[in-house]
Amino acid sequence: MTRLIVNGAEYTAEPSGAESLLTTLRDRLGLPGSKNACEQGECGSCSVVLDGDLVCSCLVMTADADGSEITTVEGLAPAGGLHPVQEALLAEHAVQCGYCTPGFVVAAAHLFDTNPSPSPDDLKEALSGNICRCTGYGAILRALTALAGEAP
Amino acid sequence: MDITRPTDLAGVLDALDHDPSATLLAGGTDLMVEVTYGWRRPESVVALRRVAELATWEGAFIGAGVTWARIEHGPVRGLAQAARTVGSPQIRNAGTIGGNLGTASPAGDGLPFLAAVDASVVLASKGGRRTLRWDQFITGPKQNALQPGELIVGVQLPEHLPHRQEFAKVGARNAMVISIASACLVRDPGGATRIALGSVGPIPIRARRAEEMISAERHPSAAAIEEFGRLVAGEVSPITDHRSTESYRRHAAGVLARRLLERCL
Ligand SMILES: Cc1cc2nc3c(=O)[nH]c(=O)nc-3n(C[C@H](O)[C@H](O)[C@H](O)COP(=O)(O)OP(=O)(O)OC[C@H]3O[C@@H](n4cnc5c(N)ncnc54)[C@H](O)[C@@H]3O)c2cc1C
Ligand code: FES
Ligand code: FES
Repeated sequence: MTRLIVNGAEYTAEPSGAESLLTTLRDRLGLPGSKNACEQGECGSCSVVLDGDLVCSCLVMTADADGSEITTVEGLAPAGGLHPVQEALLAEHAVQCGYCTPGFVVAAAHLFDTNPSPSPDDLKEALSGNICRCTGYGAILRALTALAGEAP
Repeated sequence: MDITRPTDLAGVLDALDHDPSATLLAGGTDLMVEVTYGWRRPESVVALRRVAELATWEGAFIGAGVTWARIEHGPVRGLAQAARTVGSPQIRNAGTIGGNLGTASPAGDGLPFLAAVDASVVLASKGGRRTLRWDQFITGPKQNALQPGELIVGVQLPEHLPHRQEFAKVGARNAMVISIASACLVRDPGGATRIALGSVGPIPIRARRAEEMISAERHPSAAAIEEFGRLVAGEVSPITDHRSTESYRRHAAGVLARRLLERCL
């Protein structure tokens, strides 16, 4: 039995063997926001914050996350609203098929948490582990650069 | 699957003593890929993430559990440069130097620096500790000298590191890329130079004849730098695989050697 604190709520799960946190979140905890697009750490669509660090949930063994605090894309927006990163992406129409979007949202939200006014280079660096198969990088970077510019 | 999550080294040694064939899990960035592909199906896991001793970094000793994210911002320039090129922020936040040694891939980006400075790997088991030089520890492609019941505690660097240290790698793109060829060159003000190259042989390759030649040149001429690159390209032993060809890797090794030397002058 593995105990996880996801988006502030406590869950218990019975992972099968070395099952990944991504599988546990999606298939056992009813949290399908984190996407599975490669399952080998390459694309970032499964990004979550685990005990304060941005990681790929497909590379985390659920049994090793016992007692850990996890933030997924579901945990970012306030009730009935959107996270500023989500607002920014929406305003710039920075979503095409949308499969990569949750990963970009989690990675960008984590960046703004740790660095409220990132430079364009900080943004590119922070998002270098997220791949957009639709190649919508221009709009994503425009959206987040605009958000960075709004920082007080 | 059984899992133990010790919080100190003694707990790890006990767990390994009890089950010497248990799979060690650090950041999981190599292991979980193998699990997903179905290449490995661990029955018993000892998780190292919570072990405080493995996360220590004291002077010339770097604990096995130190992540690339920490090394990237750490004081050892050549290793920081290598760390900067590992995967992506997500990978560097999880992946560790101990895991890089555990995997012992020819493309492991931490390894050329360790080879260039002749670092040692500190191992421990319930029976005691032993220290192996990098080339005693890495025995072949994805092979190392780790025995059942043993773990890597950390890496011991020499107390005095060469003043100049430069790392670079060649890959198909800038971020998130496995090395086609990589190199780390270190040089003292007196000229003593060492170079180790990755992805161009079964284990990191020290180009000893090239080192000897350039170490004698206090202020190398353009011709000497050229000759150094030529010697390095001659000393590596790359293969052709899905990532690149033997001849391109040899060429890249020579170019990397020249550029890193110029950066160290
Ligand atoms: C998308 C992606 C990109 C990558 N890019 C790079 C790159 O650019 N350069 C690069 O070098 N690598 C890269 N890697 C590989 C990997 O991230 C590194 O090798 C990393 O250092 C592995 O560390 P880890 O802590 O995640 O190891 P784990 O996956 O936890 O373990 C790896 C192996 O080492 C063993 N092990 C771990 N810790 C110990 C210990 N203390 N004692 C004994 N054995 C131990 C494990 O049993 C396992 O066999 C990449 C991986 C992914 C998924
Ligand atoms: S699904 Fe985890 S990185 Fe692609
Ligand atoms: S919007 Fe389709 S993958 Fe990014």
